[in-house]
Amino acid sequence: MLDFQTGAPKAVTSAIWQRNDYSRVPYRLYHDPAVYELELQKIFAGPIWSFIGLEAEVPKVGDFRASYIGRTPIIFNRDEDGQIKAFVNRCGHRGAMVRRELSGNAKTHTCIYHQWCFARDGKLVGVPFRRGVKGQGGFGKDFDPANHGLRKVRIASVYGVLFGSLSSDAEPIDSYLGEKMPPYLKRIFDYPIRILGYHRQRIRGNWKAYVCNPRDNYHASLLHDFFRTYGLDRTSQIGGVTMDTRHRHCVTWGRTEDEASHARSRETYASENVAGSGLKLREPSISEYKPDRLGDLSVAILSIFPTCIIQQIGNSIAARQVRPRGPDEFEIFQTLIGYEDDSPELTLHRIRQDNVVGPAGLVSMEDGEAVEIAHRASKHEPEGAAEVVELGGAGPISDRDYRANDVTVRGFWSYYSQLLGIEPPGAER
Amino acid sequence: MSADLLDVCRLLADYGWFADNGKYDEWLGLFAKDCSYKVVPKENVDRGLPAGLIFCDSRAMLEDRIETLQKVSKYNIHTDRHIIGLPRIATVNSDTLLVEAPFSVFQTEQEGDTRLFATGLYRDQLQRNSKGLMVSQKLVVLDSFAIPTLLATPL
Repeated sequence: MLDFQTGAPKAVTSAIWQRNDYSRVPYRLYHDPAVYELELQKIFAGPIWSFIGLEAEVPKVGDFRASYIGRTPIIFNRDEDGQIKAFVNRCGHRGAMVRRELSGNAKTHTCIYHQWCFARDGKLVGVPFRRGVKGQGGFGKDFDPANHGLRKVRIASVYGVLFGSLSSDAEPIDSYLGEKMPPYLKRIFDYPIRILGYHRQRIRGNWKAYVCNPRDNYHASLLHDFFRTYGLDRTSQIGGVTMDTRHRHCVTWGRTEDEASHARSRETYASENVAGSGLKLREPSISEYKPDRLGDLSVAILSIFPTCIIQQIGNSIAARQVRPRGPDEFEIFQTLIGYEDDSPELTLHRIRQDNVVGPAGLVSMEDGEAVEIAHRASKHEPEGAAEVVELGGAGPISDRDYRANDVTVRGFWSYYSQLLGIEPPGAER
Repeated sequence: MSADLLDVCRLLADYGWFADNGKYDEWLGLFAKDCSYKVVPKENVDRGLPAGLIFCDSRAMLEDRIETLQKVSKYNIHTDRHIIGLPRIATVNSDTLLVEAPFSVFQTEQEGDTRLFATGLYRDQLQRNSKGLMVSQKLVVLDSFAIPTLLATPL
């Protein structure tokens, strides 16, 4: 957005907020390229931990995998000592991508351009013609390979879930996640994991609209007719939202419904004039939660600031990484998982139930459309125009033991504003 | 041209035409009583990973998917256009044919802008019965696995 008088990019300041509780979110935050640039600096290159992948994806020494932190391409790999190391996938010489494959197994990583060779921890270990040929040419005496390694990425593993940070200012991962989030990671990941596959989806919208989507309980059973029709997730079921003390991460959860509760739910929706289709599935197992080690929560969606979403919908389990691609596009990279000790029947049940998630998901496909139509229609709104976020009331940001709320969306904006340095006076945190 | 090849071409032409014209019940009618329909990203196929974008391993699941598309799902309003390439018949075993055919689907949105939506390879098992050739297994290997927006209508 340009300043009307000077033509210069308009500064992004705390004045952007009309309310200090984030119950009005200006559309400009979704569209302005200057905001996006600020996010790359202050969030993605800043003091946050970004979900980058799973230890189960690199089980053997030498296994590597490509990922991103924000727009920065990274590689994580398992070193001889069993530890996961990560580095920015950009050669210290001319800036070429060192590792072009997305996954594989390697002792070292060699850039194809001039064959600079790097160890798994990113250290530069080979420079061809460093001393020139027959004493002529080559690098000068003051050239020290120690100064030209790959940029290291800080790594933390929480129950095999890998987080990376580009900033030395990021607080330790335990304090970043807080006390309430790790048990939800433990619940899902503290077992031998089997990778079932990947989904990718490109949406013409802003990444923040998408990461706020699972925080918005309001839409789940209204946009997603499949949920309401077949009963996997309803606003009327017992559930709620739980946040860390800084309110930047959250879990939205719902308990399995019994028959009586299903019937009450149908009445509730009818009284709100939200029609059900009366359809029945020929293959009902796709919407059935078969309680396994995950207990009696049929839905639990964990959002970790900024772009990580871990979801359990019935027996379908996945980790999503939202990868921004500019202010107007992002990728959703989703890793579908099961467990090594799942029976073949349970694996098949999970894969069948994965039909509800991802770009073709019977539930989740609609999020792609919702985010795109919101992005399209709000793009040219005048400055000051804002969306409304106040289900469950405005004001203080706090946990709720009911589902009809979108309070954790305000938690997202609160921490976002802190990082960008644009908190309004008297801001809720 | 062999009779098999002609029949396969006819089936693929009907397949694309029914899909593009929203005739999903007729499209379903091309599948055998016992059938599967899977759309799997090439990155999963290449790594031997089983999960798909659409994974219907029974006719009941495929019928649910189509009924949900017709009555429940909300998706971007668009027109599909299948461009199905020349089929290659890999093996013929009495009444069963294994066929591969490259395909592309272009999507056009309401204001007339078109994008290449999907491209990949059909790997089909076809069954010959009294009514002609039917699809008993269809694996859509999706080269373009970074799905633009969403995947609702069948590939």
